[in-house]
Amino acid sequence: MAKIHIPTPLRQYADKHATVEVNAGTVGEALTGLVSKHPDLRRHLYTDEGKLRAFVNVYLNDEDIRYLQKEGTALKDNDSISIVPSIAGGSQDIDEVANLRIVELNSALPTCCCPACCC
Amino acid sequence: MLKIPQKEYVAIRQHGEETYPHECCGVLLGTADGDERVVTSSARCGNTRVDSPHNRYHIDPKELVRIQREGRDRGEDIVGFYHSHPDHPARWSLTDLEEAHWLGCSYVITSVAKGKADLTNSFELAGDGESQKKFLDEQIQIV
Ligand SMILES: [Zn+2]
Repeated sequence: MAKIHIPTPLRQYADKHATVEVNAGTVGEALTGLVSKHPDLRRHLYTDEGKLRAFVNVYLNDEDIRYLQKEGTALKDNDSISIVPSIAGGSQDIDEVANLRIVELNSALPTCCCPACCC
Repeated sequence: MLKIPQKEYVAIRQHGEETYPHECCGVLLGTADGDERVVTSSARCGNTRVDSPHNRYHIDPKELVRIQREGRDRGEDIVGFYHSHPDHPARWSLTDLEEAHWLGCSYVITSVAKGKADLTNSFELAGDGESQKKFLDEQIQIV
């Protein structure tokens, strides 16, 4: 049995489970087992062409499967698989349009309770 | 709504001052209940974007796996992330939206002006998938 750890944003598509156990010989089979148990997860993990989405990192214990044998990586008993969407961004390309859009979306600006600011 | 202890709020703003003029980044852990996320701890991360650290950040997924595991052992989940905008407003950029994938989590941004932490704002990544995700302003409540 391998354990698959589901990241917080995807749990709502996995009946709220934080971990799902599957019987599988490879990482690919484990992920297939996961999406067959929880079909709503499929579109979040895979592209329409059936490839793992680029921003979805899959770790077997502490290793990125891209540096192992990818989805063909063999599983041992008690292995744990972690699905971690990537975290990145930056201040570059600050776009006024983006800021206008957010004002449209939220007529009220957030009330801030920090001691440092005036709002 | 993001509820965060004063101590963590101060810590993430301080992190932005320490890494200035580079962007800082880190993870917020705690519990989530519907639209409310309650932070109980935060974890500093290294910025792997050494090519452009003043206006980009990226957290090594290996670090995330570890933070997620340590959080799990304490009964905490990842509920959000924070980063700084050195000499840029505390507003999400198109880059931030493009590269945000943790739906239902909080993305906290602190503007750091000339080395001093200025405004801190939080945005919830809302939507039901990549094609229609959006950032919504959310209130920060310091507890
Ligand atoms: Zn940013």
